[in-house]
Amino acid sequence: MMWFNLAKAQSFMPTEGTEIAKQVDNLYGFLLITSFIACLLVIGGMIYFAYKYKRKSANDKTAYISHSTALEFLWSFIPLVIFLGVFAWGWYIYHGMRTMPKDALEINVLGKQWAWEIEYKNGFKAVNEVVVPINTDVKLLLTSQDVIHSFFVPSFRIKQDAVPGRYTALWFKATKLGEFHIFCAEYCGTSHSGMIGKLRVVTQDEFNKYLEEGQEEGQLPLAKRGEKLFALKACASCHSVDNPAVKVGPSLFQVFGHEVVLEDGSKVAADENYIRESILQPNAKIVKGFPHGVMPTFQGQINENELNALVEYVKSLSGK
Amino acid sequence: MGNTSAHGENYLNHEKGLWSWLTTVDHKRIGLMYMITVMTFFFIGGIMALLLRLELFAPNTVQGVGQVLKNGDIYNQVLTYHGAIMVFMVIVPGIPAILGNFFLPIHLGAKDVAFPKINLLSWYCFMAGAALAIATFFTHKIDTGWTFYTPYSIRTGTATVLMVLGAFIMGMSSVLTGLNFIVTVHKLRAPGMTMHRMPLFVWALYSTAILQMLATPVLAITLLLLAAEKIFGVGIFDPALGGDPVLFQHFFWFYSHPAVYIMILPAMGIVSELISTFSRKVIFGYTAIAYSSLGIAAVSFFVWGHHMFVSGQSATAGIIFSFITMLVGVPTAIKMFNWVATLYKGSISFESPMLYALGFLFLFAIGGVTGIMLAVLPIDVHFHDTYFVVAHFHYVMVGGTLMALMGGFYYWFPKMFGKMFNESLARLSFVFIFIGFNVTFFPQFVLGAMGMPRRYFDYIPAYENLNKISTVGSWLILTGFLIGLYTIVQGIRKGEKAPMNPWGAKTLEWQTSSPPPHFNFDVEPVVTAGPYEYR
Repeated sequence: MMWFNLAKAQSFMPTEGTEIAKQVDNLYGFLLITSFIACLLVIGGMIYFAYKYKRKSANDKTAYISHSTALEFLWSFIPLVIFLGVFAWGWYIYHGMRTMPKDALEINVLGKQWAWEIEYKNGFKAVNEVVVPINTDVKLLLTSQDVIHSFFVPSFRIKQDAVPGRYTALWFKATKLGEFHIFCAEYCGTSHSGMIGKLRVVTQDEFNKYLEEGQEEGQLPLAKRGEKLFALKACASCHSVDNPAVKVGPSLFQVFGHEVVLEDGSKVAADENYIRESILQPNAKIVKGFPHGVMPTFQGQINENELNALVEYVKSLSGK
Repeated sequence: MGNTSAHGENYLNHEKGLWSWLTTVDHKRIGLMYMITVMTFFFIGGIMALLLRLELFAPNTVQGVGQVLKNGDIYNQVLTYHGAIMVFMVIVPGIPAILGNFFLPIHLGAKDVAFPKINLLSWYCFMAGAALAIATFFTHKIDTGWTFYTPYSIRTGTATVLMVLGAFIMGMSSVLTGLNFIVTVHKLRAPGMTMHRMPLFVWALYSTAILQMLATPVLAITLLLLAAEKIFGVGIFDPALGGDPVLFQHFFWFYSHPAVYIMILPAMGIVSELISTFSRKVIFGYTAIAYSSLGIAAVSFFVWGHHMFVSGQSATAGIIFSFITMLVGVPTAIKMFNWVATLYKGSISFESPMLYALGFLFLFAIGGVTGIMLAVLPIDVHFHDTYFVVAHFHYVMVGGTLMALMGGFYYWFPKMFGKMFNESLARLSFVFIFIGFNVTFFPQFVLGAMGMPRRYFDYIPAYENLNKISTVGSWLILTGFLIGLYTIVQGIRKGEKAPMNPWGAKTLEWQTSSPPPHFNFDVEPVVTAGPYEYR
């Protein structure tokens, strides 16, 4: 058992945030040991024979051993038994992973280029942040609005594709408080590697408070509402707001009220109407140095109130 | 028989001029033409790999280094071309098209393949397909990844259709080569060459040819459907039109999993030849190795779903695919044990081809056990689409196929060109490639376990150190291949004249002159024993 624990410790798997993670790591630890032994047999055998039977003279006689039925049966049969054992063990754990618990806390997760949109039953929405209570069964209902994404929490050893046009699901029960990474594991284009979120495990009380506060956003000042919307629509994946550095798209830091150089060399003042146009028809006036067709249009996806809030937020980035 | 054929004539000087090469139906010349083109593509794909590794040297929060490729779009394009070129233009055609073309007829004691003109046609198909695929680079560079997953491949504004058409035509080439090999094996064996006296390389190519014939058309149809979807919007794969994006994955992997064995089976064939020759010993378990190739080929059609454990396919499907995948492990393990057993009581020498064969065993053992790990359902859920998978398939495809291709190439170099290469340089090249390979890809297993997803342009700081090591490893591989390239060019230009049978091997190609005459043998060989009779 000492070997086993050593293998587990050396497996480089991230923190175990769920019970399933422990089970997966046990199986993985076992696989590491058996794999190590198998490699030792094959590679070690190879090195030993290569050393022992190194050619000594140009006319060495070699043994004529064409086959050995008993040996061949053994080394087919033993791996088969090991493989089937491992398969069965894996099946058992997988069964637990794929059987959705009843009465779980359900949360909807929508994947889109390039953010995770989270919606709770009470209508509260968040982006790239899933907050869940500890020691509670949580079921995520996944889908996507554009291409296939994959919801991956390394610490929980869970992963499931979010496929457009259908729902998929996964469940977990977090056993550790704290913050864990969410990655997108299915290649989804330009900012695939930037589609990172966090999964925050909190106590039940904190969770209740989190949901209540979230619902009060209707009373926020206009610019604050714009800021929330900016996050919700994942604008931040492509536009920087706190420094002039560029991401995929131009930075919005202190843009409002200044002149912007367009791709044909002409200039335009970044006023309310320019911001509005850039949200609804992103390809109409592209800033010099940026490619066409990267930003999707938001025409029909946001209403006038939301537009007002967004414009107000961009304004606030310039201190105006 | 002397060193050269009676009139000093061989396939290289039989006819002269570029036109005689472009119109040749000699399988040996076609093999060499494949060699030149595949090596060129390997060079291009390799440069792209180096760029990707340079980009990943540091996360983008660190300014300066690690910002080789300007943005995520460019990274995704380079990644796509690296994958597509290496898979469709290097690893899949590599061994069958170069060494298979050259040596399969000679191994059988035949004058040529069954359909020499179709053989030439398949080279032209390959070139036409490759040209189309590479043409996309000058229009809207594709960024889908080599798997063309829908609906991304339908929505992206890049030249998917052209690329897919290129892959389709290259698939034609693959089917034609497969057809040619199967008929050649059945119809053109020399007197006395029973199926059970064929070299194991031929058995491997035969199994591969069956896969090429049966699996490639599925890819072809899938790619045509994809093109139809993109051009006409027929709604097969696009959920916005009522299609099913996961269906594409089923179609795609129904070809592409067998394709993994199209890549690796010929490599296993070469390793069997090398281990036997350089141990001067009859191969252990000839029948087991021969039939395990066929077994792998057969089972490989029923395991495609193991690429899709987290795709949304049913849990039952996942369990069945995991089970069948375990079964592929058995014939693969049998081969590994057979090779090691062949070394037992042999007379082992360590010329560079043998170093590559032993390198293959080393890397393939690691690639193999990690493959079993990935077949286990809950383990795969964590590792799927992470660097663990990247490391695994590089160990199998590069560590396996490329090692065997290099080993086979050095092994048959004297026969192909009638010259010897510089052995010390070849060994030095091997050492750089072997060490560099492990330095590059072993850390990626750890990165995958830590959770780093694949196809990432950027990563969180926790992954930085291992990425740095990996990138440094890629420079060692580059050094190794540059030394290797020099060795080959120098060997062809200035190498000493090669004897008929420099390694003391038993198969038929070593019983004709180096390089072989136009029709392979001056006198048709008669076979009276198996291919590895060292007594």
